Parts: sequence; structure tokens; C-alpha cells
Amino acid sequence: MVSNVADYKTEVHNDWCPGCGDFGIVSAIQMAMAEMEIPRHKAAIFSGVGCSGKTSHYLNVYGVHTLHGRVLPFSQGAKLANPEMTVVAVGGDGDGLGIGAGHFVAAGRRNVDMTYLIFNNGVYGLTKGQASPTLKLGLKTKSLPEPNVNQSVNPIALAIASGFTFVARGYAYDVRQLKDLIIAAIKHRGLSFLDVLQPCPTYNDINTRDWFSGMDNIDEMTNKPRPRIYKLEDVGYDPVVHIDSPAEENEKLTQALIKSNEWDSKIPTGIFYQNDIAQSYDQRMLERIPNYLENPPAYQEISAGGKSISDISKMLDKLEI
Amino acid sequence: MSSIDLTWVIGGPQGGGVETAANIFAGACAGCGLKVFGKREFYSNIKGEHSYFGVRVSDKIVRSNVSGITMLVGFDAETIFRHADAVFDDGAIVYESDLSAIKTDEVHTLDAQFKKRLEIYLSSKNKPFTIQGALDAAKERGVTLYPVSFKEILGNLSDETNNPKMRGMFRMQNVLAVSISIGLLGLPPETLLKSVGSVFSRKAEVAEMNKTAANYAYNFSTVKYSKFKYQLSPIPKEDHIMLAQGFQSTSLGKIACGCRFQSYYPITPASDESVFLESNEIIEVENNRPGSTLVVQTEDEISAIGMVIGASLTGARSSTSTSGPGFSLMAEALGWAGINEVPLVLTLYQRSGPSTGLPTRHGQDDLQFAIHAGHGDFPRIVYASGDTEEGFYDTAKCFNFADIYQIPVIHMMDKFIASTVSTVKRFDPTKITIERGKLLQKIDEPDYKRFRPSPDGISPRSRLGLENGIFWNTGDESDESGHISEDPENRIYKMDKREHKMELALEQIPKEDQAINYGVSDYCILSWGSTKGPILDAIEMLNKAGYKVGFIQIKMLHPFPTKYIQSMLTGVKKIIDIEANQYGQMGSLLNEYLDRKVDYYILKYTGRPMTCDELFDSIKKIIDNKAEKKQVLKYGV
Repeated sequence: MVSNVADYKTEVHNDWCPGCGDFGIVSAIQMAMAEMEIPRHKAAIFSGVGCSGKTSHYLNVYGVHTLHGRVLPFSQGAKLANPEMTVVAVGGDGDGLGIGAGHFVAAGRRNVDMTYLIFNNGVYGLTKGQASPTLKLGLKTKSLPEPNVNQSVNPIALAIASGFTFVARGYAYDVRQLKDLIIAAIKHRGLSFLDVLQPCPTYNDINTRDWFSGMDNIDEMTNKPRPRIYKLEDVGYDPVVHIDSPAEENEKLTQALIKSNEWDSKIPTGIFYQNDIAQSYDQRMLERIPNYLENPPAYQEISAGGKSISDISKMLDKLEI
Repeated sequence: MSSIDLTWVIGGPQGGGVETAANIFAGACAGCGLKVFGKREFYSNIKGEHSYFGVRVSDKIVRSNVSGITMLVGFDAETIFRHADAVFDDGAIVYESDLSAIKTDEVHTLDAQFKKRLEIYLSSKNKPFTIQGALDAAKERGVTLYPVSFKEILGNLSDETNNPKMRGMFRMQNVLAVSISIGLLGLPPETLLKSVGSVFSRKAEVAEMNKTAANYAYNFSTVKYSKFKYQLSPIPKEDHIMLAQGFQSTSLGKIACGCRFQSYYPITPASDESVFLESNEIIEVENNRPGSTLVVQTEDEISAIGMVIGASLTGARSSTSTSGPGFSLMAEALGWAGINEVPLVLTLYQRSGPSTGLPTRHGQDDLQFAIHAGHGDFPRIVYASGDTEEGFYDTAKCFNFADIYQIPVIHMMDKFIASTVSTVKRFDPTKITIERGKLLQKIDEPDYKRFRPSPDGISPRSRLGLENGIFWNTGDESDESGHISEDPENRIYKMDKREHKMELALEQIPKEDQAINYGVSDYCILSWGSTKGPILDAIEMLNKAGYKVGFIQIKMLHPFPTKYIQSMLTGVKKIIDIEANQYGQMGSLLNEYLDRKVDYYILKYTGRPMTCDELFDSIKKIIDNKAEKKQVLKYGV
């Protein structure tokens, strides 16, 4: 079966602002699913609340638009109950790193085999531009009455510290790279995180498309802008944990943390950290429930002719006097 | 022989083996065919604070505790200080004889409020503020004292068994205390030893050592002491009686009815259920490969219910179990399940609120909250079980309701049921049915829509992963496919479609599952949940005393079965509302839905369950026309 990108699109009217970075992200997800030929009914996209929350309505796969900050609990529950599904969770940076930050950290520890994308734009768009957890300290975007008074959280560093086993960053206007990153993230067995830089043309007038392309920083020699965004693969960065040793893991984690602190003049994209050796949640489950993957909660037979087929007699015997 | 009915209480510091001792005692009695009803009370503490376990034993069915103690067993001072006064005048106290000089000031775990009350009491009896003082006050009332030196027993035991280690085994004093009690009460040693063996069944060596100690202490007491006034004796054993703790009912119900996903965040008294499910995660299935319950401990209760919703969307029967504080966190997601018609069962083991309240104590505090939790209007069923046995069968019913009506179901349990150990009939899984409503296994039509209109308002339900079954869900109002819609006409369609399920539930759920009528008369008790046991026991006592009173136990609290309840109340002159909360939360429902008002309230909110005799007294007062409109019960330490 050859899949077509159009198969993954719905006819729902898209009401994002013109020029919004979200369009690129949705396209990249659709392209990734088409390229991987994931049957539509075997994929589910979960979203949080905010502009990015509408993403699930624009994809023609199972779509679950959850609660603000709760996309990870909903999506993990679905993936755990039906491990056959390809599960992609998406949400804004306020959704995932503000109200949902606790779930972000806990999800990292669990390492469920799914993918999480944060649409990172530094503002709460749908509520008219308040500062979000990734907006840098002291910045005053368009609709803020005062400059941002809080430190920003570093999503890449937080993901690494929390135990995500695949951590990468994409850019909403580089759809091709983003598509490739999404494919790599979905293929990774374990929880993969993608921090997607997504300019909000309406409320973030600082980290704009022009800012990312360095329009404010012209090289005097060439008279060309110096782009802030660069690709880790272009500088020979190797994110992969190759051998199962704490020393190797430490080294890769540390270099990823150092890279994650680059900002302002140089902003890396690509894969920061990838550990395919660490066990995913389902692999850990197999040690306790040997047939978990072939007989997961979603597919277990529980009744015949309206009667229970679960045999609890041994448990009852134990309680008998 | 007259009927046996006595209450044995053992107390000690938390972590000191009180629960083990009580389990041995309950097992020894139940092994002789006797019926037991035991209840554990403890502080929110890991080690050191006072905990106690009361076991009521009878040759007839018992469903509650009584106010008072027939035999008190204490191997620490606090137990004597706290409970000596509650021992009946013809009761007994078995205690560590070394304790007698201990003063109230030396027991640091006695809280100031209690200590003050105790000292006022001892002063009034002209007694010093010591254990001896408390014991003498009891003795003067007629209480028999059995001083025991556990140290001496361990010493002798050590010599006799040639095991020097035994001398310092103070951990075993709980087993010694039980064995002495069993000896005093005249039960044969065999069931005692069997019970010791089964309580310690995980470690053969420990079991053997404890059996030796039990046997020694049993013989010691029969030789050293004269028999206690009240004697227990074995009666013919009924077949298939279990000694079960309340939380095991919903756990076993969940396994039997096919719940295969449970997520939870640790909280008293609900987490025992999840731990039981995880301990029994592999499930034997008739003529099939083994099944399993995936139990996930989450980062908080918001995540717990979020995961349940996600799992339920895949078609798996899914559930969470929590108590009041956790349920408060779940309110937003409950509304999401409501608007998206997602079946789930939320087992709510209530305790005393508000806030952390009395974290390890009982309460029926959350009825109104369960009915109203979440913003906006959406349907749900709130269903309450009255005891351990109901807990098993009701769990299966709750899952059926959830599947049939595609709604969240809140199954009301509480701390009283959770920590009650009692003899119950073996659960019969063949009596439960599994009805999954309109859950689809296969979809052939090309244009499936999740919320398509249907004659009864319930749409066929697809599940994540099903071919041709793609749907969308959103917390926003949505159209038939599940895409966001703010259209006013669609809004009315969707709101009414959802709410219509409440009418259906009232029509379709059998009347006997909505409420149980134990007979009505001029005075009629209306109640819900775990007050059932104390009420039924109190009614028996009232009948013996020549009083007639009716009782209706309401099980489905929402949607409220107005017509059915109304019809049963024809001819009733006075309605008595009995519940374990301050506001009379079900009473408010009665006042709201019935064409009459509650006449009398009997309420208790000390965190301790009602006893049958305090209910007896307060109901009698009402019938004798001597009661205020509201009586508040207080018994219990």
C-alpha cells in the first residue's frame, strides 16, 4: 500500500493565523506518516489545549484533543493499553512545560514507546500572548504589559534530565528536516521528544522567522544574514549512545546538555541525544507480563456469552477459611 | 447455649503487629465456624502511633461493631489508657504486667485533648494517673484483670525450646497475646495454630517459631488462669466462607469483570486495591491464554484518570481507584470523559475530609461531590455499595453501566468497608454478567461517525485501532465526527443526547439494583453505603426490643430514582436519614427530589464508623418521640 500525504489530511477548516509555524508542523507529521505508510487506523494523534491542540483535527487518523497540560497522560494510557498503535502527542510549550510539566518529567522516567512534539513559540497564543515557560527572562513580547519576570525552562535539558531516550529539535519552517526527525522519533523504541521552534507571527514579535534566519545580524563581508539555526549533523555531532556503559551514556548526556544551552547567536537543531539501548516501558513490562505485547489490555477477551472467563478461583481459595 | 456475641480488641503501636494479631484472632474464630467482623483504626503514621483492631465474634451474622469491649488486650501502656474505660463491666483486660507503674505523662503519643479527658476521669475515681490507676478503675466496675509477663513467657519458652534467640523476640508478643486470649475464651488450639500458620505462610521458619510460641502461650493461659466468664465454642462450619478485607471485593470484582487497565496514585485507603491488582497481575482465563491487568502508578491523580481515559478509548475496560483528595484532582478530566462519552469506572474509597481531613479515618464525605464534580452539565452514574459482598458484584455492574451508557461511573466505597475484615460468602463470579453495550468489534460502513444519532441516543462506539472507525474527540463541544463545533443547534443535540442516557439508566437498570427495600413501616430509615451493616444490626436489636422500623438502602444516588423511592415511601410517617457526614448529604438529595422532607437525621463525622448500639439508642429515641431533629453520634477512640 502506497500512502499519499493527502490521505492524512482532513477537510476541517484550519483557523491558525496566516504564517503560523504550526502549518509546517502538521505538514511534516502528515508527510512522515505517509512516508512510513502507517495505516490510518493504526495511528493516533493526541493534542493538548491551545492553538497546537487543534492539530489532531487536521490529521485523518484517530484524533484526541485532550485537556490543557494532560496530553501525556491520555496518550500514554492509550499506548499502554494498545501497544500496536503509533501514538504521537503534541502540545504547546505552555501546555507541556507549564501546566503539564509534572507529566513531562514522569513520562521521561517511564519511557513509553511514543513520540511527543512541543510546538515551542514562547507565548500563550490562544489567550492573547502571555509569557510561556520558554520565553527568556526580561523579554517583552508584543502583548506583555511588563517584561517577562521568570527564567525560561530549557526543554531539551529537561527532557534529557527526565530520562527521554530520544531528544531532538526541529524548526517549523524546515519541514523536510522536521519530517525526517519525526520519522526517526517514531521509529525510536522509547519516548522520543521533539522541541519544535515555531514562531508565533501574532504574539511573539521577538523570536520571529526573520530572527531565526538572522535578518538582524548581517555579515558585513557577504552582506548576508547569519542564520541562527544550524544542524547538529553538519558539525559532526554524534548523539547516539553506542555501547551499553554508564561512561558512554554520561558522555552523551553531558554533551547534549552543553549543546542544549546554545541559544541567541547559534541555535542547534537535529538529534541531541539518542539511546536505543535503554529499555522502553513495554520491554520492562514483558519481564512481568510475558505476553503483554501479543495480548495487551485492548485485545484481551474477557467474556463469553456475557459471562466472565477470568478464573479467580485460586484467589478466592486463598481467602477461604 | 445462648448466642455468642463478644468484641475482642487488641491495641499497640503502629507497626507493632496489631494487624497480624487481629488477623490471627479472626482466622482462629472463623476457623471454628464463627462469624467475625473486624475493624482496624490507625493514625496517619508509619510507626509508633496508637493503632487498634477490634474483632466482633458471634455465632450469628454480624455486620457492625458495638460500643464497648468484652476483652481488651494490650502489650503497651497507651492501649490501656485509651480503651480500659470502654471495657464492659463484666469484661476483661489482658495486659503486660510490667506496665502498671507507667504514668500518663510518660506516654508521649497520648494527645493533650485525650490526656486531659482521661485525667479528669481518673481524678473522679480517685485514682492516680497511672496504668494501675486505670486498671483499678476498671476493676472496681467489675472488670477481670489478667496480668501477663510476656518477658517471662519468652524467657521460659527460650529455656524450654533451647533457643536463646527466643528470649529477645518481643515482636512475638502479639502472637502470645492472641494465643492467651484464645485460651481464655475456650476455643480449641488447632484452629489457632492453623491461623498462625496461614498468616505467616510466606516464611515457613517464621511460621514454625510462631506456632511454637502460640502453642506455649495457649497452654500457659489455660493452666494459669481460670476461664473467662464468656466462652466461645466451635459451631458447624458453613461451606465456602471467606475471611476477606473490604478492598479485596472491588479488586476481585475488577479482575473478574475484565478490567484490564488500572492507573492510580498512592492514597489511603484506596491504594490497597491497586496493589492487590498488581500483585495478581497475571490472570488465568478459561480456555484461553493468560490475561493480565496493567497497573500503572502515576505521578498524580490527574495523570491516573488521564491514562484511564486513554486506555478506555482503545476499548479496554479501564479504571482508577482513589480517595477524596485524589478525586478532587480528577474533576476536570471527569468532564472530558463525560463530553466525549468515554466509559470508565472510578472507585472512590471515601475518607474524612475536607482537605486531608482525618486521612486514615472513615467518612461518607463525598456523595455530593461525586454527583457534582466537574464543571458544566454531563451525565454520570454514582453508585454505592453497602459492604464487602456488594463491593464485588457492584464492581461488575458499574463496568456494565459505564459500557452500556458510555459514561463515567463513580463507585462509592469507603474506609470503613476497605479496612473491615469479615466472614463473607465466597464470591460467585458466575453471578456477574459482562455487557459491553455498543462497543464495536468491526466496522464495515465507510462513513462511520462516533456521535451519530441513534434512537436511544447511544452511538456505536469505535476504539483506537479499529479499521474504518476513525473518530475525533475533543473537550470542546463537537459535531457527529467529533470535530469542534460551536453551532447552537448542534450544541442542543449533543447536550440532550448525553443527558438522555440518565433517563435510560433510570428506566433500564433493575429496580433492585437502584435501591434495596428491607421493609418499610411508620418510621423508615433511608441511607446509603456502609451504614448498611450498623443499621441492619440496630434494626434487629430494635425488633427484639419491640420497635418496628423500616429501611431503604439507596444504591444508585445519581441519577436519583425519585419515582421508585417515592413509591416505597407511601404510608411512611417519618423518614430518618442516617449517614456518616456532617451535612446529611443524601438527606439533601431526598429533600431535593422527594415531595417530602427528611424528618430526622442521625449523623456521625468523628471519622469512626457507627456502632449498632449507638444507632439503636438514637433510633429508639426517635420512635419514643424524645429525639431532636438531628442527632450526632460520637462513640469511638
